[in-house]
Amino acid sequence: MEYKMILTPEEQAILNGSKGETMAKVMKTLVLYGEAFGATKMVPVESKMGHLVTSFGLKVMKPVYELMDQLIEGNALSQQKFSVDPKPLDPNVPANFLQKLIFNKFMYSMQNSYDAQLSKLGLVDDKSYTCTCYMDEVGNVPKKGEILSWAESSAVVYANSVLGARCNRNSGIIELFGSIVGRVPYFGLVTDEGRKATWIVEVKTTKKPEAQILGSAIGMKVMEDVPYVKGLDQWIGTELDGDTKAYLKDFGAATASNGAVGLYHIANLTPEAVEQGEALIAEGAQVYVVDDAELARVQANYPVMWKDKNATPKLCFVGCPHLSHAQLIEWTDNVVAGLKKNGLKKVSIPTVFTAAPAVIEEFNKTPYAAKLKATGVVLSYICPLMYMNNPLCKKMPVITNSNKLRTYTTSRYYRSEEILDIITKEAK
Amino acid sequence: MKQFKGRPVVAGKCTASALVSHGGFNTLASFQNALQFGDKEAKCGDQNNADLYGKPMVNAALCLPQTIGSTTGGMVLYCAKAMKRNPTCMLFSEHIDSLACAGAVLAAVWTDEPMVTIDCLGQEFLDYVKDGMKITVDEDGTVTVE
Repeated sequence: MEYKMILTPEEQAILNGSKGETMAKVMKTLVLYGEAFGATKMVPVESKMGHLVTSFGLKVMKPVYELMDQLIEGNALSQQKFSVDPKPLDPNVPANFLQKLIFNKFMYSMQNSYDAQLSKLGLVDDKSYTCTCYMDEVGNVPKKGEILSWAESSAVVYANSVLGARCNRNSGIIELFGSIVGRVPYFGLVTDEGRKATWIVEVKTTKKPEAQILGSAIGMKVMEDVPYVKGLDQWIGTELDGDTKAYLKDFGAATASNGAVGLYHIANLTPEAVEQGEALIAEGAQVYVVDDAELARVQANYPVMWKDKNATPKLCFVGCPHLSHAQLIEWTDNVVAGLKKNGLKKVSIPTVFTAAPAVIEEFNKTPYAAKLKATGVVLSYICPLMYMNNPLCKKMPVITNSNKLRTYTTSRYYRSEEILDIITKEAK
Repeated sequence: MKQFKGRPVVAGKCTASALVSHGGFNTLASFQNALQFGDKEAKCGDQNNADLYGKPMVNAALCLPQTIGSTTGGMVLYCAKAMKRNPTCMLFSEHIDSLACAGAVLAAVWTDEPMVTIDCLGQEFLDYVKDGMKITVDEDGTVTVE
């Protein structure tokens, strides 16, 4: 078979089988994938670590486990260590007998064997299960300009936009293949041209917009395009400090899940926008104005998937993507203050805050851990999305402040201040 | 009868009955139930897709603009193919997206038979084709709708 992509002698040799049949198939997959997008060459993966999206040992994914076995047997292992998305199970998260039975014995019965496969392929360690691998506590923080082979839409959009790294919106398995070969096809968000903004978003709100709703509005409007956002710096500043990074994490996850955004630029804030300014905007870029009315319109149009729309929530998730250390502290303070104001000692609805294992470990060293525990909130490393993705949980009235979780599950979205109000007041 | 010329992402010949999604096709939401609960017809499980919800996708010529949703999409498509719960072919009116492309290429390289995948067929194709029409795909990406 003839390929259009120009390969280096080493790449061509791998394709021809110099490192075995399995490696040749891995390379062939990447070449065909790249050629579909007009890639003319492969480029080296430059980051220290990779990140995989598939963390769940779903019984039905038998073909994936067979493929992983082929990779391991063919010694086609990752050339870089990688982190992976959060685990779908945590015994600390509330679940009834039937749910536990179905989760452990049926749905995720392959979890242990899949974890073992990940370990053989190059997983960093047992604490590396999180969608926010870029947190300092986790340590998978790529440098500006580095080329990555990652998947997980919220992590990719963060790495591209906030850190200035370069990564396409890869699918599961493709990202692992890039880490195995140490190369990715050169197209899209890896190139200078692909990082130009084709939308200008003008933020004209009268107060700081909720990150999750602004991201949702922009994602639904621009879909897979690159937006250049003006006017947001007046609300979130021009410094990439902890609060701003947390805001952009949640904003980006909403752009990526409500649309398919892989990169955004924020004027005067994100690294490429600071360096290049409006030179990043492509000729003929379209304009989208976001004001208070537009955000209200977007939120009002979220469908409520509950059978009984007036049901009392049975569970609340905060932390999709996983919370940062600073967010955990802020939420703890807010919950404690809210309960005190309402004369309660414990949250009125079972509530789970989620964060990376390494972030939880650090948080547990602080006095806030005991304060949070006293409120009845469960702190977990689970993936709320995976927890919700089954027929039993689909029927549960679950609330969240995550637009990603709302999009992929039947959970109902509320703004953070509304969530706080609901969980710290007497349940109806 | 009308012919449309697209670009073969995974070339091949096939004939099947059209199944049309006018909006983005959410791969994970569409296939999840079919893969999880042994539905051999692979009825579409995406409640947000009014065109496809509840309709069998196996052996259909799936006509769509692009896929949307979780980045597990390509892997899910690969699983559907490996488990023989896949459409006969996927026909994209727009340029194929990275997730669907991953699934199509993984199926082509890592399973016994590829799933024919054509993209860039144009909006006119998606406007013209209706559920149940006979679709014939040629090696060069020509799609005949009748």
